[in-house]
Amino acid sequence: MRVQSVISGLAAALLFQSALADDPWGSRYEAGNAAGFAITGATILLGNGERLDDADLLVVDGRIEAVGSGLTIPDGIERIAADGRWVTPGLIDVHSHLGVFGTPGYVAHADGNEMSGPNTANVWAEHGIWPQDPGFVTALAGGVTTLHILPGSANLFGGRSVTVKNVPARSAAEMKFPGAPHGLKMACGENPKRVYGQGRNAAPVTRMGNVALKREAWISAARYRDRLAAANDGNGDPPDRDLGLETLAAVLDGEVLIQNHCYRADEMAIMLQMAEEFDFHITAFHHATEAYKIGDLLAETGTCAAMWADWWGFKLEAWDTVRENVAMVDAAGACAVLHSDSADDIQRLNQEVAKTMAAANRAGLDVTPERAITWLTANAVRMLGIADETGTLEPGKAADVVLWDGDPFSVYTRTVKVWIDGVKRLDRGDPVLPPDGDFFHGTRDGVRP
Amino acid sequence: MLAAGRRTVAAWVTALAAALMLPTPVLAEQFAITGAQVHTGGDAGVIERGTVWVRDGRIHRVGADDDVSVPEDVRRIDAAGRVLTSGVFDPYSHIGIEEVSLIEQTVDARYGGDRWGPGFDVRDAINPDSALIPVNRIEGVTRALVMPAASGASVFSGRGAIIHLGGEHDYLVRSPAAMHVQLGESGAAIAEGSRAAALMQVRELLQDASDFADNRRAWERRTRRDYVATRLDLEALQPLLRGEMPLIASVHRASDIRAVLRLAEAHRLRLIIHGGAEAWRVADAIADAGVPVILDPLNNLPSRFETLHATLENAARLHAAGVTIAFGSGGSHNARNVTQAAGIAVANGLPHEVALAAITSVPARILGVGDRIGRLQSGYEADLVLWDGDPLEVTSYPDQVFIAGREIDMRSRQTELRDRYLERLGLGGR
Repeated sequence: MRVQSVISGLAAALLFQSALADDPWGSRYEAGNAAGFAITGATILLGNGERLDDADLLVVDGRIEAVGSGLTIPDGIERIAADGRWVTPGLIDVHSHLGVFGTPGYVAHADGNEMSGPNTANVWAEHGIWPQDPGFVTALAGGVTTLHILPGSANLFGGRSVTVKNVPARSAAEMKFPGAPHGLKMACGENPKRVYGQGRNAAPVTRMGNVALKREAWISAARYRDRLAAANDGNGDPPDRDLGLETLAAVLDGEVLIQNHCYRADEMAIMLQMAEEFDFHITAFHHATEAYKIGDLLAETGTCAAMWADWWGFKLEAWDTVRENVAMVDAAGACAVLHSDSADDIQRLNQEVAKTMAAANRAGLDVTPERAITWLTANAVRMLGIADETGTLEPGKAADVVLWDGDPFSVYTRTVKVWIDGVKRLDRGDPVLPPDGDFFHGTRDGVRP
Repeated sequence: MLAAGRRTVAAWVTALAAALMLPTPVLAEQFAITGAQVHTGGDAGVIERGTVWVRDGRIHRVGADDDVSVPEDVRRIDAAGRVLTSGVFDPYSHIGIEEVSLIEQTVDARYGGDRWGPGFDVRDAINPDSALIPVNRIEGVTRALVMPAASGASVFSGRGAIIHLGGEHDYLVRSPAAMHVQLGESGAAIAEGSRAAALMQVRELLQDASDFADNRRAWERRTRRDYVATRLDLEALQPLLRGEMPLIASVHRASDIRAVLRLAEAHRLRLIIHGGAEAWRVADAIADAGVPVILDPLNNLPSRFETLHATLENAARLHAAGVTIAFGSGGSHNARNVTQAAGIAVANGLPHEVALAAITSVPARILGVGDRIGRLQSGYEADLVLWDGDPLEVTSYPDQVFIAGREIDMRSRQTELRDRYLERLGLGGR
C-alpha cells in the first residue's frame, strides 16, 4: 500500500530531503555548468580557522580541487589574479526569513508565522518561500551563498525550517539544498506568550505555559514514534498520519534538527533540561542574547548559539546583551555563530563579525580574522548539518567562494565575484550578473544590488 | 546648596556659566589632546598631528602640534596614532524617550490620542538616565535630536528637542528644536487612506495657524471662525510659519518628495526631508530648493512600494547633485552604528570627509546649532571623540569621549555585564 509504505519509510524518505527521485518534496536544485577556475595570489580565509597568504585556490567541476601556495593550474582553466585581495567561503546565514517575510513587507508577504495555534509543527517554511524576494539578490551581493530559512517565532513550535542555496529560482524546491536536514523552529519566551496569552487570552500565558505545552507535545511525539515503530515490527496498527507529530518524532529520531529561538540564559538552561527529559538534542539556540552567560553549558551539551553582533533593547528579553556575545561563546569553547535575522544585516554579515571581533579584542580576548570567519562558515554549517558539503574551502567541498576587493572585515570592502557550486552568480564587472529578479524587472532603473 | 557666604569661586563661575546658557563646565577644567589626526570638520580640514586645547567646556585652540602652545600646567592627553573627531550627532532619535521598545510603559515617543498634533512636545519625557545613553555615548554619540514617533490622529507627530548625552541635569540644548510630519504611506494611514489626505491635513493646519497669527484676539473673543486645531497646536506651528523652526518630513517616494517641496515653497517652510529613499531621483529639485536630507545610507530594499528605487548609492548621488545630507541609522538603541552606515556610504561612492560631516557637523548645522556644535574649532562646545582608528571603520572604537568638555566614564551596563561574565566563566579578558 502506497500510504502504508510512506508512513513506514518516514525517516528515510520524508525526513532526509536528499534528492531522492521519488520524494515529491525533495530538492530540484541544479547547479548548472561549472567551468572551473583558479584564483591566484590571494589572502585566503579557509573558513575552518586557517589563513593562507599569497595562496591559490583551484576549482574543478564545481568542487574545491586544491588550495595552497604555488598550485599547478591546469591549462585552459580561467585564472583570476587576486593581487592580494581576499577570498573566503561563501557566507552562511543560519537565520533568515527571506522569502517567508519578503519585501515589500506587507501583510500579503507575511508568510512566516502560522499564528493559528501555538503548535504548528506541521507547517514547512519552504511552502511559504517566495523565491522572487529582492532580498536574495542583495544578500548575494553580501557574499551569502547558503541560507537557513525559518518560520517565525510566534509559536512554540513554528514548523520546519529549510536550507537553500542563494540562486535565482522559480520555486523554493529549485533552491533547496540537496541533502540538508530540515530544522524544527521552536520559540521560548515573550513571543508565544504575547501572541496567545496577551493577544488571545489563550495558552500559553506564561513561560510556565510555554514549557508545559512543549513537554506535552514531546510526550505525544514519543508515543507516536513508538506506535509507528511497533507497527513496523508487526505490533498493532500504525497511527493516523499526523504532520506535526511526524516532525516532532523526526526530531526524536535525530533527523530533524532543533533550531530554538531563545534569548535568556535561564530559558536556554530550561530547554536543555527538557532535552534531557525527552532525550533529544538541541542543535542551536537562535538570538541567544544572553549566551555569553552560559558558554560553559553550551560547550558541555554541544549546542550552538547563533547571535547578532549588537541588537538589543527592542524587548525585555533582549535587554542584557553585550557586544562581545559571539566571541565570549567562542572563547568558552562552544559553537558560536553570527546570524542576521534581517534582510539588511544579511548583506553585511562580514562587518557584523568585524564589530564583534574588534570589541572582543579590546576586551582582552584574542580573536583573529581566521577565527572570526568560522562564525559564518565552519560553525554555521555544523549547526545546519551540511558540514561535509560546504562552509570551508577544503578540497572536495562545493566551490561556494567569495572574492572580496579587500579585507572582508573592513567597512569599505565589497564582494567582487561570488560562486555557488563553482558557478559564477555575481560579478561586479558584469552588469547582468546577478540578473534583477522578476519583481524589479521593468519597475526600476538606475539601481544595482 | 551652599550658603552664600561660603560660596566658592567655582560656584560663582558655574552660576555665571548657567546664566549665560553655557554648558556647565567643571571649573577651569583644561586639557589638551596632542598628536592626534584631527578631523576638524571646519576650514582647517584634517590636521595630521594636531592639538585640541579645551578650556571650560569649549574648544580654546586647534592646530598643528607645533602651532598650539599649551601652558605647562594644562593636562595633556597623548593621542599619537589616534583619530580625533567631533562627536556623533544623531539627527533623528528616540534616545531618552524609548527604553524597551515593546514595553509601552517605557516608551514616551508616541502620543496616541487625537487631541493634539503639532502641540505635542517630547521635552518633559526625556530621561537623561536612560540606559541607551551610556551604550551610545561610549561609542561616540554625543548629541541627538530627540523626536516624537508618528502615531495618533494627526500627521504632525509633534516637536522634538536637541540633547547632549553628557548625562547631567543640563542635557537640553534646544527645545523645541524641530517639528515632525509623517507623509507617504504611513502618513496616508494616519490621514485615513490617502497620501493626498495627509497633505490636505498639513495644509489645513498651516492655514489655521496662519489665520490664528493674524487674528489671535478675534479668535479669543470668539469672533473668528473655528479652527480644526487646538490653541496649543496653533501656537506650536507659529515658529514653523516664521521660518524659525525646521519641519522634518518623513517621506520616501520621489513624487511625495516633490509634493512636500511644493508645500514648503508655498508656506516658506524650513524643510528637512527625512527618509528620502528615492531622493536621488529628484536630487536636482531638492538641491535647487536648498533642502537637506536625513537618510539611512543602508536603505536599499523595496520595503514598501514607496522605496522601489532605494539604493546604497543614494548618499553619493545626492551629494554629487549638491544636496546637503545627514545620516541616521540603526534606530535609537544602536544609534552608535551610524558610523558603519557612513562607512558603507563611502564604499558606495561618497567622499570620506562628507560622510564624517554627515554624522557630525551637518546635523548640527541643519538643526540651527552649527555655530557652536559639530566642529573642532575655537569657541565650539567640546564634544570630542578619540578613536583607535578610522571612525567609520567597523573595527574602530573610541578610547575616550568628551561631551561639552566633560570626560565621559567609558562604561555602560553592557560593558559591566561583559566584565562580570568574563570573570564568572574565567575567560580572561582585561
